[in-house]
Amino acid sequence: MRRSEGISFGDYVEEANQAGRLVVQPRMGFCDPDLMRMGLIGTKDADATTVGTLTLDSYTRTGNHEAAERALEEGIRLNGYPIVVHPRSRSLEMLRDVHGPAFPVQVRHGSSRPQDIFRALVGLGLGATEGGPVSYCLPYGRTPIFEAVDNWVESTELLAEAAGEDFHPHLESFGGCMLGQLCPPGLLVALSLLEGIFFVQHGIRSVSLSYAQQTDPAQDEEAVHALRTLASLYLPDAQWHVVFYTYMGVFPRTSAGAAMLSEQAVRTAMRAGAARIIVKTEAEAHRIPTIEENVRALEAGASVGAQTSRAEERPRSTSVLAQASALVEAVLTISEDVGRALPRAFAKGVLDLPFCLHPDNRGSTRSYLDRYGRLQWLTTGNMPISPAPSTAAPKRLATDDLLFMLHHVERLYDTKARNRAAGMTLHAADL
Amino acid sequence: MTSDGIRTFTPRSIISSTVSDSHTWNLIFMQLFLEEMGHEVINIGACVKESLLVESCLENRPDLVVISSVNGHGFNDAMSLIKHFRFVPGLERVPLVVGGKLGVEGVRDVGFSRRLIAAGFDAVFAEDELDKFKEFVTQKGLRAAA
Repeated sequence: MRRSEGISFGDYVEEANQAGRLVVQPRMGFCDPDLMRMGLIGTKDADATTVGTLTLDSYTRTGNHEAAERALEEGIRLNGYPIVVHPRSRSLEMLRDVHGPAFPVQVRHGSSRPQDIFRALVGLGLGATEGGPVSYCLPYGRTPIFEAVDNWVESTELLAEAAGEDFHPHLESFGGCMLGQLCPPGLLVALSLLEGIFFVQHGIRSVSLSYAQQTDPAQDEEAVHALRTLASLYLPDAQWHVVFYTYMGVFPRTSAGAAMLSEQAVRTAMRAGAARIIVKTEAEAHRIPTIEENVRALEAGASVGAQTSRAEERPRSTSVLAQASALVEAVLTISEDVGRALPRAFAKGVLDLPFCLHPDNRGSTRSYLDRYGRLQWLTTGNMPISPAPSTAAPKRLATDDLLFMLHHVERLYDTKARNRAAGMTLHAADL
Repeated sequence: MTSDGIRTFTPRSIISSTVSDSHTWNLIFMQLFLEEMGHEVINIGACVKESLLVESCLENRPDLVVISSVNGHGFNDAMSLIKHFRFVPGLERVPLVVGGKLGVEGVRDVGFSRRLIAAGFDAVFAEDELDKFKEFVTQKGLRAAA
Protein backbone atom coordinates (compact mmCIF):
# COMPACT_ATOMS: atom_id res chain seq x y z
CA MET A 1 0.00 0.00 0.00
CA ARG A 2 1.25 3.45 -0.86
CA ARG A 3 1.33 5.59 2.23
CA SER A 4 -0.16 9.08 1.92
CA GLU A 5 1.89 12.14 2.76
CA GLY A 6 1.06 13.78 6.07
CA ILE A 7 -1.10 12.40 8.85
CA SER A 8 -3.61 9.73 7.86
CA PHE A 9 -5.75 8.07 10.52
CA GLY A 10 -7.09 5.59 7.96
CA ASP A 11 -3.65 4.56 6.66
CA TYR A 12 -2.26 4.21 10.16
CA VAL A 13 -5.01 1.78 11.20
CA GLU A 14 -4.81 -0.09 7.89
CA GLU A 15 -1.07 -0.66 8.24
CA ALA A 16 -1.41 -1.89 11.82
CA ASN A 17 -4.22 -4.21 10.73
CA GLN A 18 -2.12 -5.67 7.92
CA ALA A 19 0.64 -6.31 10.43
CA GLY A 20 -1.90 -8.14 12.63
CA ARG A 21 -1.88 -5.54 15.39
CA LEU A 22 -5.09 -4.23 16.94
CA VAL A 23 -5.06 -0.44 17.38
CA VAL A 24 -6.16 0.50 20.90
CA GLN A 25 -7.68 3.85 21.76
CA PRO A 26 -8.81 5.54 25.01
CA ARG A 27 -11.78 7.86 25.59
CA MET A 28 -9.63 10.61 26.98
CA GLY A 29 -10.48 14.29 27.31
CA PHE A 30 -9.17 17.01 29.61
CA CYS A 31 -10.06 20.69 29.81
CA ASP A 32 -6.54 21.95 30.43
CA PRO A 33 -4.25 21.99 27.35
CA ASP A 34 -1.16 20.97 29.37
CA LEU A 35 -2.95 18.02 30.87
CA MET A 36 -4.46 17.12 27.48
CA ARG A 37 -0.96 17.15 25.99
CA MET A 38 0.31 14.90 28.78
CA GLY A 39 -2.61 12.57 28.16
CA LEU A 40 -1.81 12.32 24.46
CA ILE A 41 1.88 11.74 25.19
CA GLY A 42 0.93 9.04 27.72
CA THR A 43 -1.22 7.34 25.07
CA LYS A 44 1.51 7.65 22.44
CA ASP A 45 4.19 6.24 24.73
CA ALA A 46 2.06 3.33 25.98
CA ASP A 47 3.37 -0.14 25.17
CA ALA A 48 0.68 -0.65 22.52
CA THR A 49 -0.28 0.40 18.99
CA THR A 50 -2.34 3.47 19.83
CA VAL A 51 -4.13 6.43 18.34
CA GLY A 52 -4.90 9.52 20.40
CA THR A 53 -8.26 10.79 21.56
CA LEU A 54 -9.35 14.35 22.12
CA THR A 55 -12.80 14.18 23.75
CA LEU A 56 -14.65 17.48 23.96
CA ASP A 57 -16.63 18.84 26.92
CA SER A 58 -20.43 18.81 27.07
CA TYR A 59 -20.84 22.59 26.63
CA THR A 60 -18.92 22.44 23.35
CA ARG A 61 -20.95 19.35 22.36
CA THR A 62 -24.22 21.23 22.80
CA GLY A 63 -22.91 24.36 21.04
CA ASN A 64 -22.91 26.42 24.23
CA HIS A 65 -19.47 27.99 23.70
CA GLU A 66 -20.29 30.96 25.94
CA ALA A 67 -20.77 28.64 28.89
CA ALA A 68 -17.47 26.92 28.07
CA GLU A 69 -15.70 30.29 27.89
CA ARG A 70 -17.22 31.45 31.17
CA ALA A 71 -16.14 28.22 32.85
CA LEU A 72 -12.56 28.73 31.62
CA GLU A 73 -12.53 32.31 32.89
CA GLU A 74 -13.83 31.21 36.27
CA GLY A 75 -11.35 28.35 36.46
CA ILE A 76 -14.08 25.68 36.51
CA ARG A 77 -12.86 22.35 35.15
CA LEU A 78 -14.85 21.06 32.18
CA ASN A 79 -15.40 17.37 31.41
CA GLY A 80 -13.43 17.55 28.16
CA TYR A 81 -11.39 19.77 25.83
CA PRO A 82 -13.25 22.92 24.66
CA ILE A 83 -11.75 22.93 21.17
CA VAL A 84 -13.78 25.91 19.90
CA VAL A 85 -12.99 28.22 22.81
CA HIS A 86 -9.31 27.50 23.45
CA PRO A 87 -7.19 29.84 21.27
CA ARG A 88 -5.92 28.09 18.14
CA SER A 89 -2.29 28.83 19.04
CA ARG A 90 -2.76 27.17 22.43
CA SER A 91 -4.26 24.05 20.82
CA LEU A 92 -1.50 23.89 18.19
CA GLU A 93 1.04 24.06 21.01
CA MET A 94 -0.84 21.24 22.79
CA LEU A 95 -0.60 19.04 19.66
CA ARG A 96 2.96 20.03 18.59
CA ASP A 97 5.22 17.03 17.86
CA VAL A 98 2.59 14.71 19.37
CA HIS A 99 -0.07 14.54 16.65
CA GLY A 100 1.76 13.17 13.60
CA PRO A 101 1.92 10.34 11.03
CA ALA A 102 3.03 7.92 13.75
CA PHE A 103 0.31 9.06 16.13
CA PRO A 104 -2.93 10.34 14.58
CA VAL A 105 -5.43 11.92 16.96
CA GLN A 106 -9.21 11.60 16.68
CA VAL A 107 -11.63 14.27 17.96
CA ARG A 108 -14.67 12.85 19.79
CA HIS A 109 -17.67 15.01 20.61
CA GLY A 110 -21.31 13.76 20.45
CA SER A 111 -22.87 16.78 18.72
CA SER A 112 -25.91 16.94 16.44
CA ARG A 113 -24.78 20.47 15.43
CA PRO A 114 -21.06 19.97 14.89
CA GLN A 115 -20.24 22.75 12.37
CA ASP A 116 -18.18 24.87 14.83
CA ILE A 117 -16.34 21.79 16.01
CA PHE A 118 -15.50 20.70 12.45
CA ARG A 119 -14.23 24.19 11.58
CA ALA A 120 -12.03 24.18 14.69
CA LEU A 121 -10.53 20.75 14.03
CA VAL A 122 -9.83 21.48 10.37
CA GLY A 123 -8.09 24.68 11.52
CA LEU A 124 -5.84 22.59 13.74
CA GLY A 125 -4.94 20.07 11.03
CA LEU A 126 -6.93 17.32 12.77
CA GLY A 127 -8.54 15.16 10.08
CA ALA A 128 -10.18 12.41 12.11
CA THR A 129 -13.44 12.67 14.01
CA GLU A 130 -16.65 10.70 14.55
CA GLY A 131 -20.41 10.77 15.01
CA GLY A 132 -23.22 10.77 12.49
CA PRO A 133 -26.64 12.25 11.75
CA VAL A 134 -28.55 9.44 13.49
CA SER A 135 -26.11 8.24 16.12
CA TYR A 136 -25.48 11.72 17.53
CA CYS A 137 -29.12 12.73 17.38
CA LEU A 138 -31.62 10.02 18.33
CA PRO A 139 -30.13 8.77 21.59
CA TYR A 140 -29.73 12.26 23.03
CA GLY A 141 -32.09 15.17 23.40
CA ARG A 142 -34.72 16.28 20.92
CA THR A 143 -32.98 17.83 17.87
CA PRO A 144 -35.22 16.85 14.92
CA ILE A 145 -33.49 14.24 12.74
CA PHE A 146 -33.87 16.26 9.52
CA GLU A 147 -32.00 19.13 11.22
CA ALA A 148 -29.27 16.77 12.39
CA VAL A 149 -28.95 15.47 8.81
CA ASP A 150 -28.58 19.03 7.44
CA ASN A 151 -25.97 19.83 10.09
CA TRP A 152 -24.03 16.66 9.34
CA VAL A 153 -24.17 17.23 5.57
CA GLU A 154 -22.68 20.69 6.07
CA SER A 155 -20.03 19.44 8.51
CA THR A 156 -19.06 16.37 6.48
CA GLU A 157 -18.66 18.43 3.31
CA LEU A 158 -16.65 21.04 5.17
CA LEU A 159 -14.24 18.32 6.27
CA ALA A 160 -14.16 16.65 2.85
CA GLU A 161 -13.38 19.92 1.08
CA ALA A 162 -10.39 20.50 3.33
CA ALA A 163 -8.75 17.32 1.97
CA GLY A 164 -5.36 17.89 0.37
CA GLU A 165 -1.84 16.52 -0.12
CA ASP A 166 -1.20 16.35 3.61
CA PHE A 167 -4.70 16.52 5.08
CA HIS A 168 -6.63 13.24 5.01
CA PRO A 169 -10.13 13.37 6.51
CA HIS A 170 -11.43 10.28 8.30
CA LEU A 171 -14.93 9.90 9.74
CA GLU A 172 -16.17 7.18 12.07
CA SER A 173 -19.85 6.33 12.42
CA PHE A 174 -21.05 5.94 16.01
CA GLY A 175 -24.08 4.06 14.66
CA GLY A 176 -23.05 0.70 16.11
CA CYS A 177 -23.27 2.06 19.64
CA MET A 178 -26.87 3.27 19.71
CA LEU A 179 -28.20 3.63 23.27
CA GLY A 180 -25.24 1.72 24.67
CA GLN A 181 -27.10 -1.54 25.23
CA LEU A 182 -30.07 -3.75 24.31
CA CYS A 183 -30.29 -2.89 20.60
CA PRO A 184 -30.20 -6.11 18.54
CA PRO A 185 -27.03 -6.32 16.40
CA GLY A 186 -28.77 -6.35 12.99
CA LEU A 187 -29.99 -2.80 13.47
CA LEU A 188 -26.65 -1.59 14.89
CA VAL A 189 -24.83 -2.98 11.86
CA ALA A 190 -27.34 -1.40 9.47
CA LEU A 191 -27.11 2.04 11.09
CA SER A 192 -23.33 2.04 11.20
CA LEU A 193 -23.13 1.08 7.54
CA LEU A 194 -25.77 3.64 6.49
CA GLU A 195 -23.88 6.44 8.22
CA GLY A 196 -20.69 5.23 6.57
CA ILE A 197 -22.39 5.43 3.15
CA PHE A 198 -23.68 8.90 4.11
CA PHE A 199 -20.11 10.10 4.83
CA VAL A 200 -18.85 8.72 1.52
CA GLN A 201 -21.76 10.29 -0.37
CA HIS A 202 -20.66 13.64 1.04
CA GLY A 203 -17.07 13.33 -0.07
CA ILE A 204 -15.18 11.42 2.66
CA ARG A 205 -12.81 8.74 1.27
CA SER A 206 -11.82 7.04 4.52
CA VAL A 207 -14.35 5.89 7.11
CA SER A 208 -14.72 3.55 10.05
CA LEU A 209 -17.80 1.66 11.13
CA SER A 210 -18.46 0.99 14.78
CA TYR A 211 -19.98 -1.87 16.70
CA ALA A 212 -20.34 -2.00 20.50
CA GLN A 213 -19.93 -5.23 22.47
CA GLN A 214 -23.35 -6.54 23.47
CA THR A 215 -24.40 -9.54 25.53
CA ASP A 216 -23.00 -12.55 23.70
CA PRO A 217 -19.48 -12.97 22.20
CA ALA A 218 -20.60 -15.28 19.36
CA GLN A 219 -23.38 -12.90 18.34
CA ASP A 220 -20.91 -9.98 18.50
CA GLU A 221 -18.45 -11.83 16.30
CA GLU A 222 -21.21 -12.53 13.80
CA ALA A 223 -22.16 -8.83 13.82
CA VAL A 224 -18.61 -7.64 13.07
CA HIS A 225 -18.44 -10.13 10.18
CA ALA A 226 -21.79 -8.88 8.89
CA LEU A 227 -20.55 -5.30 9.06
CA ARG A 228 -17.39 -6.20 7.14
CA THR A 229 -19.37 -8.11 4.51
CA LEU A 230 -21.73 -5.19 3.94
CA ALA A 231 -18.90 -2.64 3.94
CA SER A 232 -17.10 -4.51 1.13
CA LEU A 233 -20.34 -4.54 -0.79
CA TYR A 234 -21.52 -0.96 -0.25
CA LEU A 235 -18.22 0.92 0.15
CA PRO A 236 -16.13 -0.55 -2.69
CA ASP A 237 -14.20 2.65 -3.39
CA ALA A 238 -13.60 3.88 0.13
CA GLN A 239 -10.96 2.98 2.65
CA TRP A 240 -12.73 1.48 5.70
CA HIS A 241 -12.20 -0.46 8.90
CA VAL A 242 -14.34 -1.67 11.79
CA VAL A 243 -13.90 -0.17 15.26
CA PHE A 244 -15.11 -2.25 18.21
CA TYR A 245 -16.31 -0.65 21.47
CA THR A 246 -15.85 -2.28 24.83
CA TYR A 247 -19.26 -2.74 26.53
CA MET A 248 -21.11 0.52 27.03
CA GLY A 249 -23.91 -0.66 29.33
CA VAL A 250 -23.93 -1.31 33.07
CA PHE A 251 -20.42 -2.56 33.89
CA PRO A 252 -19.55 -5.36 36.37
CA ARG A 253 -19.11 -4.15 39.94
CA THR A 254 -16.05 -6.24 40.74
CA SER A 255 -12.73 -5.24 39.22
CA ALA A 256 -12.09 -8.88 38.23
CA GLY A 257 -15.45 -8.99 36.43
CA ALA A 258 -14.75 -5.68 34.70
CA ALA A 259 -11.34 -6.96 33.58
CA MET A 260 -12.84 -10.19 32.19
CA LEU A 261 -15.46 -8.23 30.23
CA SER A 262 -12.77 -5.93 28.80
CA GLU A 263 -10.61 -8.91 27.84
CA GLN A 264 -13.57 -10.55 26.11
CA ALA A 265 -14.07 -7.35 24.11
CA VAL A 266 -10.48 -7.47 22.83
CA ARG A 267 -10.74 -11.18 21.97
CA THR A 268 -14.00 -10.67 20.07
CA ALA A 269 -12.62 -7.64 18.21
CA MET A 270 -9.46 -9.47 17.26
CA ARG A 271 -11.12 -12.76 16.25
CA ALA A 272 -13.78 -11.03 14.14
CA GLY A 273 -11.37 -8.78 12.27
CA ALA A 274 -12.02 -5.36 13.80
CA ALA A 275 -8.96 -3.15 13.30
CA ARG A 276 -9.36 -0.80 16.27
CA ILE A 277 -10.86 -1.00 19.75
CA ILE A 278 -12.04 1.66 22.18
CA VAL A 279 -11.06 0.47 25.64
CA LYS A 280 -12.67 1.32 28.94
CA THR A 281 -11.02 2.00 32.26
CA GLU A 282 -12.41 0.62 35.47
CA ALA A 283 -12.76 4.14 36.87
CA GLU A 284 -14.93 5.34 34.01
CA ALA A 285 -18.31 4.57 35.58
CA HIS A 286 -17.53 6.75 38.58
CA ARG A 287 -15.33 9.62 37.38
CA ILE A 288 -13.01 10.87 34.64
CA PRO A 289 -10.11 8.39 34.61
CA THR A 290 -6.52 9.52 35.13
CA ILE A 291 -3.85 9.29 32.43
CA GLU A 292 -2.24 6.34 34.23
CA GLU A 293 -5.54 4.44 34.38
CA ASN A 294 -5.98 5.03 30.66
CA VAL A 295 -2.47 3.80 29.87
CA ARG A 296 -3.00 0.67 31.99
CA ALA A 297 -6.24 -0.09 30.10
CA LEU A 298 -4.51 0.42 26.73
CA GLU A 299 -1.59 -1.84 27.60
CA ALA A 300 -3.88 -4.52 29.05
CA GLY A 301 -5.93 -4.43 25.84
CA ALA A 302 -2.86 -4.61 23.61
CA SER A 303 -1.51 -7.54 25.57
CA VAL A 304 -4.72 -9.59 25.21
CA GLY A 305 -4.85 -8.60 21.53
CA ALA A 306 -1.32 -9.88 20.94
CA GLN A 307 -2.30 -13.27 22.43
CA THR A 308 -5.38 -13.61 20.21
CA SER A 309 -5.48 -14.58 16.54
CA ARG A 310 -7.97 -13.72 13.88
CA ALA A 311 -10.58 -16.52 13.78
CA GLU A 312 -9.95 -18.99 10.97
CA GLU A 313 -13.61 -19.69 10.45
CA ARG A 314 -16.58 -17.44 10.24
CA PRO A 315 -18.96 -17.70 13.20
CA ARG A 316 -22.16 -19.67 12.71
CA SER A 317 -24.59 -17.38 11.00
CA THR A 318 -27.90 -16.75 12.72
CA SER A 319 -29.74 -13.75 11.41
CA VAL A 320 -27.57 -10.65 11.88
CA LEU A 321 -26.41 -10.28 8.28
CA ALA A 322 -29.88 -11.02 6.87
CA GLN A 323 -31.52 -8.46 9.16
CA ALA A 324 -28.90 -5.80 8.51
CA SER A 325 -29.11 -6.32 4.71
CA ALA A 326 -32.90 -6.10 4.75
CA LEU A 327 -32.81 -2.85 6.73
CA VAL A 328 -30.11 -1.25 4.56
CA GLU A 329 -31.91 -2.22 1.35
CA ALA A 330 -35.25 -0.90 2.64
CA VAL A 331 -33.66 2.45 3.49
CA LEU A 332 -31.85 2.75 0.15
CA THR A 333 -35.14 1.97 -1.59
CA ILE A 334 -36.64 5.12 -0.04
CA SER A 335 -33.79 7.11 -1.59
CA GLU A 336 -30.27 6.28 -2.68
CA ASP A 337 -29.28 9.56 -1.03
CA VAL A 338 -28.89 8.29 2.53
CA GLY A 339 -29.29 11.78 4.03
CA ARG A 340 -32.73 12.05 2.42
CA ALA A 341 -33.66 8.46 3.20
CA LEU A 342 -32.87 8.41 6.93
CA PRO A 343 -35.50 10.87 8.26
CA ARG A 344 -38.16 9.22 6.09
CA ALA A 345 -37.09 5.75 7.19
CA PHE A 346 -37.59 6.72 10.83
CA ALA A 347 -40.89 8.46 10.08
CA LYS A 348 -42.18 5.31 8.36
CA GLY A 349 -40.80 3.04 11.05
CA VAL A 350 -38.55 1.22 8.54
CA LEU A 351 -35.88 2.01 11.10
CA ASP A 352 -37.15 1.98 14.68
CA LEU A 353 -34.86 1.88 17.69
CA PRO A 354 -36.02 -0.09 20.71
CA PHE A 355 -36.13 1.93 23.95
CA CYS A 356 -35.39 5.22 22.18
CA LEU A 357 -37.71 8.04 23.25
CA HIS A 358 -36.68 10.63 20.64
CA PRO A 359 -39.81 12.24 19.13
CA ASP A 360 -38.72 11.19 15.61
CA ASN A 361 -38.42 7.53 16.59
CA ARG A 362 -41.62 5.49 16.37
CA GLY A 363 -40.87 3.41 19.42
CA SER A 364 -42.88 0.38 18.38
CA THR A 365 -40.02 -2.11 18.64
CA ARG A 366 -38.70 -3.98 21.67
CA SER A 367 -35.88 -6.42 22.26
CA TYR A 368 -35.29 -9.17 24.81
CA LEU A 369 -32.57 -11.56 25.91
CA ASP A 370 -33.14 -15.16 24.90
CA ARG A 371 -32.25 -18.10 27.13
CA TYR A 372 -28.71 -18.16 25.74
CA GLY A 373 -28.17 -14.50 26.60
CA ARG A 374 -28.41 -13.28 23.00
CA LEU A 375 -30.26 -10.13 22.00
CA GLN A 376 -33.40 -10.85 20.00
CA TRP A 377 -36.35 -8.90 18.71
CA LEU A 378 -39.57 -9.14 20.68
CA THR A 379 -41.46 -6.84 18.31
CA THR A 380 -40.19 -5.29 15.09
CA GLY A 381 -42.98 -2.78 14.42
CA ASN A 382 -42.90 -1.60 10.83
CA MET A 383 -39.32 -2.69 10.10
CA PRO A 384 -38.85 -5.10 7.17
CA ILE A 385 -37.68 -7.90 9.50
CA SER A 386 -39.50 -10.29 11.84
CA PRO A 387 -38.75 -11.59 15.31
CA ALA A 388 -37.43 -15.15 15.33
CA PRO A 389 -40.25 -17.44 16.45
CA SER A 390 -39.60 -18.48 20.02
CA THR A 391 -41.60 -19.96 22.82
CA ALA A 392 -39.20 -18.37 25.31
CA ALA A 393 -40.04 -14.79 24.34
CA PRO A 394 -41.95 -12.92 27.03
CA LYS A 395 -45.47 -11.87 25.97
CA ARG A 396 -44.71 -8.34 26.97
CA LEU A 397 -41.78 -6.74 28.67
CA ALA A 398 -42.16 -6.16 32.42
CA THR A 399 -40.04 -4.01 34.71
CA ASP A 400 -38.34 -7.11 36.09
CA ASP A 401 -37.39 -8.20 32.55
CA LEU A 402 -35.95 -4.76 31.80
CA LEU A 403 -33.84 -4.72 34.97
CA PHE A 404 -32.74 -8.29 34.27
CA MET A 405 -31.64 -7.27 30.77
CA LEU A 406 -29.92 -4.05 31.80
CA HIS A 407 -27.89 -5.90 34.45
CA HIS A 408 -27.33 -9.18 32.61
CA VAL A 409 -23.75 -8.51 31.53
CA GLU A 410 -22.80 -7.03 34.89
CA ARG A 411 -24.19 -10.10 36.69
CA LEU A 412 -22.69 -12.58 34.23
CA TYR A 413 -19.12 -11.29 34.51
CA ASP A 414 -19.27 -10.70 38.26
CA THR A 415 -20.40 -14.32 38.63
CA LYS A 416 -17.67 -15.56 36.28
CA ALA A 417 -15.07 -13.64 38.28
CA ARG A 418 -16.40 -15.04 41.55
CA ASN A 419 -16.44 -18.61 40.20
CA ARG A 420 -12.94 -18.27 38.87
CA ALA A 421 -11.71 -16.99 42.26
CA ALA A 422 -13.56 -19.83 44.02
CA GLY A 423 -12.10 -22.36 41.57
CA MET A 424 -8.61 -21.12 42.25
CA THR A 425 -9.14 -21.38 46.02
CA LEU A 426 -10.48 -24.89 45.58
CA HIS A 427 -7.54 -25.80 43.40
CA ALA A 428 -5.11 -24.40 45.97
CA ALA A 429 -6.83 -26.44 48.70
CA ASP A 430 -6.27 -29.62 46.67
CA LEU A 431 -2.54 -29.10 46.58
CA MET B 1 -66.67 -3.24 30.99
CA THR B 2 -66.62 -5.28 34.17
CA SER B 3 -69.40 -7.77 35.01
CA ASP B 4 -71.40 -5.22 36.99
CA GLY B 5 -71.40 -2.85 34.07
CA ILE B 6 -69.01 -0.27 35.47
CA ARG B 7 -66.57 0.99 32.86
CA THR B 8 -63.05 -0.15 33.68
CA PHE B 9 -60.95 2.90 34.43
CA THR B 10 -57.65 3.28 32.60
CA PRO B 11 -55.64 5.98 34.31
CA ARG B 12 -53.52 8.07 32.00
CA SER B 13 -50.11 9.29 33.07
CA ILE B 14 -47.42 11.45 31.56
CA ILE B 15 -43.74 10.69 32.14
CA SER B 16 -41.15 13.35 31.45
CA SER B 17 -37.51 14.14 32.01
CA THR B 18 -36.33 17.61 33.01
CA VAL B 19 -34.96 20.18 30.60
CA SER B 20 -31.27 19.38 31.24
CA ASP B 21 -31.47 15.59 31.56
CA SER B 22 -30.82 13.39 28.51
CA HIS B 23 -31.01 10.03 30.36
CA THR B 24 -33.81 7.74 29.20
CA TRP B 25 -33.49 4.28 30.80
CA ASN B 26 -35.13 5.70 33.94
CA LEU B 27 -38.05 6.95 31.79
CA ILE B 28 -38.40 3.57 30.06
CA PHE B 29 -38.41 1.84 33.43
CA MET B 30 -41.06 4.15 34.85
CA GLN B 31 -43.21 3.62 31.77
CA LEU B 32 -43.18 -0.15 32.26
CA PHE B 33 -43.79 0.32 35.99
CA LEU B 34 -46.91 2.42 35.39
CA GLU B 35 -48.12 0.17 32.58
CA GLU B 36 -47.97 -2.72 35.05
CA MET B 37 -50.31 -0.72 37.29
CA GLY B 38 -52.76 -0.51 34.39
CA HIS B 39 -51.86 2.94 33.11
CA GLU B 40 -51.91 4.30 29.63
CA VAL B 41 -48.57 6.10 29.50
CA ILE B 42 -47.44 9.07 27.41
CA ASN B 43 -43.66 9.21 27.64
CA ILE B 44 -42.42 12.62 26.48
CA GLY B 45 -38.77 11.65 26.72
CA ALA B 46 -35.51 13.48 27.44
CA CYS B 47 -34.60 17.20 27.66
CA VAL B 48 -38.20 18.38 28.01
CA LYS B 49 -38.73 22.13 28.12
CA GLU B 50 -41.33 23.41 30.58
CA SER B 51 -43.51 24.71 27.74
CA LEU B 52 -43.58 21.27 26.08
CA LEU B 53 -44.59 19.54 29.31
CA VAL B 54 -47.36 22.09 29.91
CA GLU B 55 -48.60 21.73 26.34
CA SER B 56 -48.67 17.95 26.60
CA CYS B 57 -50.53 18.08 29.94
CA LEU B 58 -53.17 20.44 28.54
CA GLU B 59 -53.61 18.28 25.48
CA ASN B 60 -53.71 14.89 27.16
CA ARG B 61 -55.32 15.74 30.53
CA PRO B 62 -53.36 13.14 32.52
CA ASP B 63 -54.43 11.70 35.86
CA LEU B 64 -50.81 11.73 37.01
CA VAL B 65 -47.61 13.51 35.92
CA VAL B 66 -44.28 11.88 36.79
CA ILE B 67 -41.02 13.81 36.45
CA SER B 68 -37.99 11.51 36.56
CA SER B 69 -34.40 12.77 36.63
CA VAL B 70 -31.03 11.17 37.34
CA ASN B 71 -28.42 13.68 36.17
CA GLY B 72 -28.04 15.46 39.50
CA HIS B 73 -29.72 18.68 38.39
CA GLY B 74 -33.21 17.37 39.17
CA PHE B 75 -33.84 19.52 42.23
CA ASN B 76 -32.94 22.76 40.44
CA ASP B 77 -34.81 21.85 37.27
CA ALA B 78 -37.91 20.74 39.19
CA MET B 79 -37.95 23.93 41.30
CA SER B 80 -37.78 26.02 38.18
CA LEU B 81 -40.55 23.97 36.54
CA ILE B 82 -43.01 24.11 39.43
CA LYS B 83 -42.85 27.90 39.65
CA HIS B 84 -44.77 28.11 36.39
CA PHE B 85 -46.60 24.79 36.20
CA ARG B 86 -49.10 25.33 39.02
CA PHE B 87 -50.13 28.74 37.66
CA VAL B 88 -51.24 27.33 34.31
CA PRO B 89 -55.06 27.31 34.22
CA GLY B 90 -56.16 23.69 34.31
CA LEU B 91 -52.98 22.36 35.91
CA GLU B 92 -53.46 23.73 39.41
CA ARG B 93 -54.47 20.36 40.85
CA VAL B 94 -53.20 17.61 38.53
CA PRO B 95 -51.21 15.11 40.66
CA LEU B 96 -47.54 15.88 40.00
CA VAL B 97 -44.60 13.97 41.46
CA VAL B 98 -40.85 14.00 40.96
CA GLY B 99 -38.27 11.32 41.65
CA GLY B 100 -34.87 9.83 40.87
CA LYS B 101 -31.41 11.12 41.72
CA LEU B 102 -32.30 14.72 42.36
CA GLY B 103 -28.96 15.96 43.67
CA VAL B 104 -25.33 15.45 42.82
CA GLU B 105 -24.51 11.85 43.63
CA GLY B 106 -23.69 11.12 47.23
CA VAL B 107 -25.32 14.28 48.54
CA ARG B 108 -28.74 13.45 49.89
CA ASP B 109 -30.40 16.67 50.90
CA VAL B 110 -33.53 15.97 52.95
CA GLY B 111 -34.49 19.61 52.45
CA PHE B 112 -35.15 18.81 48.76
CA SER B 113 -38.43 16.99 49.41
CA ARG B 114 -39.78 19.59 51.80
CA ARG B 115 -38.98 22.47 49.45
CA LEU B 116 -40.33 20.75 46.35
CA ILE B 117 -43.58 19.85 48.13
CA ALA B 118 -43.91 23.37 49.54
CA ALA B 119 -43.49 24.67 45.98
CA GLY B 120 -46.35 22.54 44.64
CA PHE B 121 -45.30 18.92 44.02
CA ASP B 122 -47.62 16.31 45.53
CA ALA B 123 -44.78 13.93 46.40
CA VAL B 124 -41.02 13.44 45.99
CA PHE B 125 -39.35 10.04 45.73
CA ALA B 126 -35.73 8.95 46.02
CA GLU B 127 -34.51 6.37 43.51
CA ASP B 128 -34.96 3.55 46.04
CA GLU B 129 -38.52 4.52 46.95
CA LEU B 130 -40.51 2.70 44.26
CA ASP B 131 -42.70 1.02 46.90
CA LYS B 132 -43.63 4.40 48.28
CA PHE B 133 -44.44 5.59 44.79
CA LYS B 134 -46.65 2.55 44.22
CA GLU B 135 -48.42 3.29 47.51
CA PHE B 136 -48.96 6.89 46.41
CA VAL B 137 -50.50 5.79 43.11
CA THR B 138 -52.77 3.32 44.93
CA GLN B 139 -53.90 5.88 47.51
CA LYS B 140 -54.77 8.31 44.75
CA GLY B 141 -57.08 5.64 43.30
CA LEU B 142 -54.94 5.40 40.18
CA ARG B 143 -54.14 1.70 40.24
CA ALA B 144 -56.02 -0.36 37.70
CA ALA B 145 -53.99 -3.58 37.76
CA ALA B 146 -51.74 -5.71 39.98
